[in-house]
Amino acid sequence: MAFYRPAPYQKPLAGILLLALLALPTVLTAFGQEFYIGFATRVLIFALAASSLNLVLGFGGMFSLGHAAFFGAGAYAAAICLNSGISEALFALPLSMLAAGLFALMVGAVSLRTRGVYFIMITLAFAQMAYYLFVSARSWGGDDGLPLPARMTLGGLPLAGDAALFYTALGCLGLVIVLLGRLAEARFGRVIQAIRENETRMEALGYPVFRYRLLCFALGGALAGLAGALLANLSGLASPNLLQWTQSGTLLVMLIIGGVGYLYGGVVGAVVLLGLEEVLAGFTLHWHIGLGLLLLGVVLFAPKGVAALFGKRHD
Amino acid sequence: MTEPLLDVRQLSRRFAAVDALKTLNFSVEAGEVHALIGPNGAGKTTFIHHVSGALQPDSGSIHFAGRDVTRRSMHQRVAAGMARSYQITNVFRGLSALDNVALAVQGRADSGSSFRFWRPVRCETALFDEARGYLAQVGLADQVETVAGNLSHGEQRALELAMALATRPKLLLLDEPMAGTGPEESARMVELIEQLARHVTILLVEHDMAAVFRLADRISVLVNGQLICTGTPEAVRQNADVRRAYLGDHL
Repeated sequence: MAFYRPAPYQKPLAGILLLALLALPTVLTAFGQEFYIGFATRVLIFALAASSLNLVLGFGGMFSLGHAAFFGAGAYAAAICLNSGISEALFALPLSMLAAGLFALMVGAVSLRTRGVYFIMITLAFAQMAYYLFVSARSWGGDDGLPLPARMTLGGLPLAGDAALFYTALGCLGLVIVLLGRLAEARFGRVIQAIRENETRMEALGYPVFRYRLLCFALGGALAGLAGALLANLSGLASPNLLQWTQSGTLLVMLIIGGVGYLYGGVVGAVVLLGLEEVLAGFTLHWHIGLGLLLLGVVLFAPKGVAALFGKRHD
Repeated sequence: MTEPLLDVRQLSRRFAAVDALKTLNFSVEAGEVHALIGPNGAGKTTFIHHVSGALQPDSGSIHFAGRDVTRRSMHQRVAAGMARSYQITNVFRGLSALDNVALAVQGRADSGSSFRFWRPVRCETALFDEARGYLAQVGLADQVETVAGNLSHGEQRALELAMALATRPKLLLLDEPMAGTGPEESARMVELIEQLARHVTILLVEHDMAAVFRLADRISVLVNGQLICTGTPEAVRQNADVRRAYLGDHL
C-alpha cells in the first residue's frame, strides 16, 4: 500500500459534500421526509466508526476483528453517563471516548504482541469476551441493553430533535476526518504507515514500533467509542449487539468497499453499504444477496475500494 | 588498550539441533573496519542478527559502547548508536529517496518526538535538509526526488546506507553491501565504505574478497558457527586453517 497523500481535488469535493449535508435536514423537512434525517445520522455515525477502523487498519496495518468492542463500549459509556446524570455531551462524549480508548489500550497491550492471524483471533476473542460480559451484566440491562433516559444536551441545548443530533454527528465526523487527514501527513502518521509497510526496518531505524502501534490502536478505539456514544443517542439504547463480532465484520466490509487507507474510505463505504441496504430492503427481504453481489463486484472491479476510483493516490 | 566498541562474549545460539553460534568471542575496536567472512551457512547473518538485537542468544553477552545490551531491543540499540543495513535491500519503495532518509532522521531522539499529530512532515525543513546531506554523502544527490522503487539496485544499496548513516551511528553493521551489485557499482560501494570508515566504525560481512582485503583492518573467519581466526588481512591470508576451510576456493 502507498503512503497517504490527498488527491488534488479532494478538498473542494469535501467542501461541496459538506454544504450539501448542511442543507440536508432542511431539504428533507421541506419534502416531508423527516424520517430520513435519522437514517442520514446513522450513516454519518457508521462513517465515523468505519473511519476509526481506517486509522487502525488502513494507516496502521492492524487487521483487528474486534473493533466493534470499542464501538459498543462507547455506547455503554454514554448510556451509563446519561443514567448517572451526566447529560452534557461536552463531558459525556469525551468520557465515552476515554472509556473506549482505555479499553482499546488494554486490548492492544496484549494483542499487539502477536502478529498475523493470531492478532485477528485475539482481537476477536477480546471483543467476544466483552460482548458476553455486557450480555450477562444485569445491572446494565443484560441482553436487552441499557436504555437512555433521554438524549444528551450540547452546551445546555437538548439534542432531542433529529436535526440537532444530525448536526452533532456531522460535526464529529468532520472533525475526525480533518484530524485523520492531518495525522496521516504528520510525523505520527508517517511512522505508523511506514510500520505498516515494513515493521522490522522501522525498528532498525530506532523506532519503538510497539508504542506507535499501541497508541494508534487506542486512538482508533477512542474514535470508535465516539461513534458508539452517538449511536446510543440516536437509537436511545446501548445494546450488546453493538459489540458482536458481526458488527466488527460490518465495519470491515464498509471500509473494504469504501477503500482501505483512503481518507474517505470509511465515509464512502458507510454511504454505499447502508444506502444499498435501505434501498434493497424496500424491494425484498433477501437484500443480503444484493450486498453479496456488491462485495463481489468491488473485489473484482475495484479491489482498492470505491474511493480509489475517485482519488488517484501517489503510488 | 581502551575498551572495544563492541564486545561479544561467549555468545551461543542453538536452532533445534543445530549449533548456529558456538561460544563466540568477538570484538570491534573503535575506528576500525572489521570484516567477518566465512562460507555460506557459517552463521554470519545469524551473528549480525544477534548483534543488532533481531535475535536473542541462548547464552553469552553483548557489550556496546561500555554498556551491556544483551537484553536490549533493536530500537534501543539503534538509539545507542548501532545501525545496520540489510543483505536484502530493505527500503520503503513507495517513498522518494529523500523521504526514506528523512524518516531515518526523524527516528533519532535528538530530532524530536514523533508523537506529533498535526503539523505535516513536509513542513519540517530541517529533517529534509539533513537528509539531503546524507544522500549527497552516498552519491545520490541527483536522485533525491526519485521514488526508491525506481532506483537501480546499486542506488538502493546506497540509499540503504544513507538511511543507516542518518541514525548517526557509532557502529555500522553492513551485511553484504555488495550483494547483487555489478562490478562498477561494487567499486563505487568500496570507495564509499572507504570514505565512511574515516568517521565511523564498521563491522562488514561480505563475500567479495577483493573488497574485504582492501577495506578491512582486521578480519575474522566464521566457519560452522565458530570463529577459527581473527587477525590482520595478512595474517588471515597466511593462516592454514582458513585456507583449508574457506579461502582456498577464493585465492
